[in-house]
Amino acid sequence: MRYSGFRVIREALTGHKGWTPAWRNPEPQPAYDYIIVGGGGHGLATAYYLAKEYKQARIALLEKGWIGGGNVGRNTTIIRSNYLLDGNEPFYEFSLKLWEGLEQDFNYNAMVSQRGILNLFHTDAQRDAYTRRGNAMIMHGADAQLLTKEDVRALYPFLNFDNARFPIKGGLAQKRGGTVRHDAVAWGYARGADMRGVDIIQNCEVTGFRTENGKVLGVETSRGYIGAKKVGVAVAGSSSRVMDKVHMRLPMESHVLQAFVSEGLKPVIDGVMTFGAGHFYVSQSDKGGLVFGGDIDGYNSYAQRGNLPVVEDVCEGGMALMPMVGRARLLRMWGGIMDMSMDGSPIIDRTGIDGLYFNGGWCYGGFKATPASGFCFAHLLATDTPHKTATAYRFDRFAKGLMIDEKGQGAQPNLH
Amino acid sequence: MIINHPLLGPRDSQEFVYLGDAALMNRPDGMAEGALAAFIDFAYLRDNPAGLHRELWYHEQGDRSWLVVTRNTVTHEITTVELARDVARKAGRSK
Repeated sequence: MRYSGFRVIREALTGHKGWTPAWRNPEPQPAYDYIIVGGGGHGLATAYYLAKEYKQARIALLEKGWIGGGNVGRNTTIIRSNYLLDGNEPFYEFSLKLWEGLEQDFNYNAMVSQRGILNLFHTDAQRDAYTRRGNAMIMHGADAQLLTKEDVRALYPFLNFDNARFPIKGGLAQKRGGTVRHDAVAWGYARGADMRGVDIIQNCEVTGFRTENGKVLGVETSRGYIGAKKVGVAVAGSSSRVMDKVHMRLPMESHVLQAFVSEGLKPVIDGVMTFGAGHFYVSQSDKGGLVFGGDIDGYNSYAQRGNLPVVEDVCEGGMALMPMVGRARLLRMWGGIMDMSMDGSPIIDRTGIDGLYFNGGWCYGGFKATPASGFCFAHLLATDTPHKTATAYRFDRFAKGLMIDEKGQGAQPNLH
Repeated sequence: MIINHPLLGPRDSQEFVYLGDAALMNRPDGMAEGALAAFIDFAYLRDNPAGLHRELWYHEQGDRSWLVVTRNTVTHEITTVELARDVARKAGRSK
């Protein structure tokens, strides 16, 4: 069923009796051509693009719990492509372009809102670095604009411009950045994939991989063995746990990243803003809550909940940037588990096992990458060659010294 | 999290700096055969278990000792805390 304005009106006039579930709940078949492990944003996007763009059939997506229950439901919903390095910027710009056409593409309202992102700078050196970053973005076809202090003041007059230690000197703006309704991304991709024949199988945990002579034959699951010609693993957060089943050690640690929402306020922040002198970023949801976050907690964790020192640190950042936030009360906070790769950049690559492919290591930035990650992973699965925007995201970049150290910190907590 | 320091008693984890897996204490022999591969593994690959994890914490705002803390990464429960010095000596180093 396609959604449209006409459909909404027709259903409204006929008692909403015509709506059907957005996706089926099929039983697993004995074998598929492709199995995607992980029903998060990236897994669902992979299944969707594999069916839609690469015209592949007999695809199953296996999810341990329910789809969209991991980090795609736990992030702070920001999309942007303000990266510096050659290995990253084309990929994230590709992703932003996919975001721009996403809702028409998968016929689902994901509330893509290009309300703009602003990275504040506080020193002359930081202005130079942001100018360079902006130039790199423009050279890769993205948009970037350097704002002066007065420009920023016109946008957000309530910021603490004259902070004694970190005065605001301006900002780097990307107007095409913004926010998206994160759950709707998972649901939209799931529905789009399902409409194209992908079996989305929930409550189906992958417990092992069956291989023979270095080639994958299928996966063992909590609902029995399922054969597959190719298996793609997209389980960021639990990557080490899943790949351990084929005795693969990964260049990553799992860390907890917390996020916060304040009580609902009247509209006060119309874009996304980041503090350049500490790790704090904020936007305002359509319900009015200030959505904000900061650093990882800084120790290995699979707990999906963090500790108080980081809460304090994030709130200090918020207070330094906009003291008025001290009047708002914190409504909710939660944690998600990140694959923190050793250079802070993701991996979309083949593995040492024929027919087994890996997607993970998204660190802080998985959500904005969702469409391109799915597209590039589908490309790799279907064609056995990396997509042209994701050629740098290889496993062997560590051994070869080709790290993509956008921020030069990776998993090392004291560098954050 | 509270880390029960073997010498100083219970201390807030905020006083510490985290380094990571305690396997980082076992630096490969640079002169051995296959040292390059061993160093790539040492520098970049991690076990990253869900469950008990032996890890290095440095008491930066305290006595500046390195500790080997055994902690459950699923519950954050700390079960054992040892001085890294003692762990290394038990393994036959620094005699």
